[in-house]
Amino acid sequence: MKQTSKLIPMAVLLALAAFPLLGADYYTGLAVKLMIYAIFALSLQLLVGGAGLVSLGHAAYFGIGAYAAALLSPESEAAGLAWLLGAAVLGAAAYALVTGALALRTRGVYFIMVTLAFSQMAYYVFHDTDLGGGSDGIYLYFRPQLSLGGWQPFDLDQPGVYYLFVLACLAFTWGFLAMLARSPFGAALAGIRINEQRMRAAGYSTFPYKLAAYVVGAALAGLAGFLYALKDGFVTPELLAWEQSGLVLLMVILGGMGRLGGAVLGAGALILLQELFQSQAIFGDYAQHWHLPLGLSIIALVALLPDGLVGLPAQWRARRRAAAPPADAPEAAPAPAPAPAMPLHGEPHA
Amino acid sequence: MPEALLAARGIVRRFGGLVAVNDVSLDLHRGTVHAVIGTNGAGKSTLINILSGELQASAGQVLLEGRDITAWPQPQRARGGLGRSYQRSTIFPTLSVYENCRLAAQAGRQRFWHWWRDAADCAHSAGQARDALERTGLAASAATLAGLLPHGHKRQLEIAMCLAGQPRVLLLDEPLAGMGPEETERILALLQALKAEHAILLVEHDMDAVFGNADTITVMVNGSAIACGTPAQIRANPQVQDAYLGDGPCTH
Repeated sequence: MKQTSKLIPMAVLLALAAFPLLGADYYTGLAVKLMIYAIFALSLQLLVGGAGLVSLGHAAYFGIGAYAAALLSPESEAAGLAWLLGAAVLGAAAYALVTGALALRTRGVYFIMVTLAFSQMAYYVFHDTDLGGGSDGIYLYFRPQLSLGGWQPFDLDQPGVYYLFVLACLAFTWGFLAMLARSPFGAALAGIRINEQRMRAAGYSTFPYKLAAYVVGAALAGLAGFLYALKDGFVTPELLAWEQSGLVLLMVILGGMGRLGGAVLGAGALILLQELFQSQAIFGDYAQHWHLPLGLSIIALVALLPDGLVGLPAQWRARRRAAAPPADAPEAAPAPAPAPAMPLHGEPHA
Repeated sequence: MPEALLAARGIVRRFGGLVAVNDVSLDLHRGTVHAVIGTNGAGKSTLINILSGELQASAGQVLLEGRDITAWPQPQRARGGLGRSYQRSTIFPTLSVYENCRLAAQAGRQRFWHWWRDAADCAHSAGQARDALERTGLAASAATLAGLLPHGHKRQLEIAMCLAGQPRVLLLDEPLAGMGPEETERILALLQALKAEHAILLVEHDMDAVFGNADTITVMVNGSAIACGTPAQIRANPQVQDAYLGDGPCTH
């Protein structure tokens, strides 16, 4: 069990790395989109599944990362990768530091409303001012380049290289969040999510923990937004819209809260479902009404999978155990222990 | 009398027009169990909430070894040595019993920025957690999910989590509520063992436990402390009998 949980991400990583070799350009592009949204969903997973902070304004940081990439790139040449990436991540983190410090004074549904309000504020700044081309959006003409004293280790203009760069960012985000979850910081976040009152009584000032998680989550969302801007070279205010915040929250919920694999599965499922129902080849003219089947399937998935996609194997096992023929019950007198074997250090993390 | 480890001076707490705690002063000393008794709504839990910093006092002072900590927020007071339990079990139900205690112990060494470290590798918190589980008799349940424990064990776990934080003062809000006789014995024996090192405030409805184990008793009625003394003094106090113990003739 322990080993499979490590093998699966490795296998997925290898499969993703080999995917462009199939030569299906359209699907390679789709895979890039999927990986970017996986990073975005992972960044929100830290807040929702890690610290129990349900934010409905996470798209603001995605959009700020994307706009930073587009706005800070010169029109006639490529920007430096390191500083452009740094600016995107730090820009998102800075907005999160200011708005998070205020939003985290509230709880529950009020926190949802305040994060929504701050993200809409950012949305209207880009939508209604000339800063980033208003509602038309802005182009990014050259992908940034990494140059170490004249030497260029890789060239993001090559689609294959860009693909691997996005994959590396996804692997980094996963690895970083897995490390964070195991750290004393991550353990404290889990405690805050489960019972903040007890954490304060034990001696934790919970505010700095939540704020740090909020800023880190925003920085990673900024990374996802940065990669998104590089993908098509086009950024619009819709990246910050609340629909986008809702979509990424749905990915986390649909995939399964509290597990890294859940965010990735949720991102994959939503992107692929969207792609499926938008396909004219399959649905013909009905494809323009893709919102309807997408909405219905989301309702069905949430209703049928209370623990999300990532909880599906456990749900199946439980059902098979319940359905097992009672004939062999008298042989094994003691019922199987109800509690799953837990690693001593805490909750099972993916 | 040596200086009190924790002292309350003239604590007042108003909720709108209601005075929940009215000018209460008390001293907690190392080596004593100080019980606070009183009917429901007398202000006992509010008093604990003020001492632990969960509520602000409307007036009055809280002193820790003579230092004024009235303005300290709850987490700072906890790190300063105030451990508390709640009337309703306040634990981490989805974590293992061991992790409940380890997390409580980690509060003493939080290592906020050590993101590359494994929380499970912290020898300090692991040691404190195992110790606390041994003392409260929960070592055998270490791997169980806390939410699956029977009620009495949850109460014990809460005390274990308190101990894992290495407090000097224990503020216990009805630790015996809902416990069976054996568990009660175990916790009372533990309190007696702990009082050498700790100052203990015990809010409890089990009068046998209170009169058998407390060294000092404060009686609260409608937010005021009407009497304070040894169990024998309190038992003999006619005012207390009248107001609370109900030994006098029933006049209602």
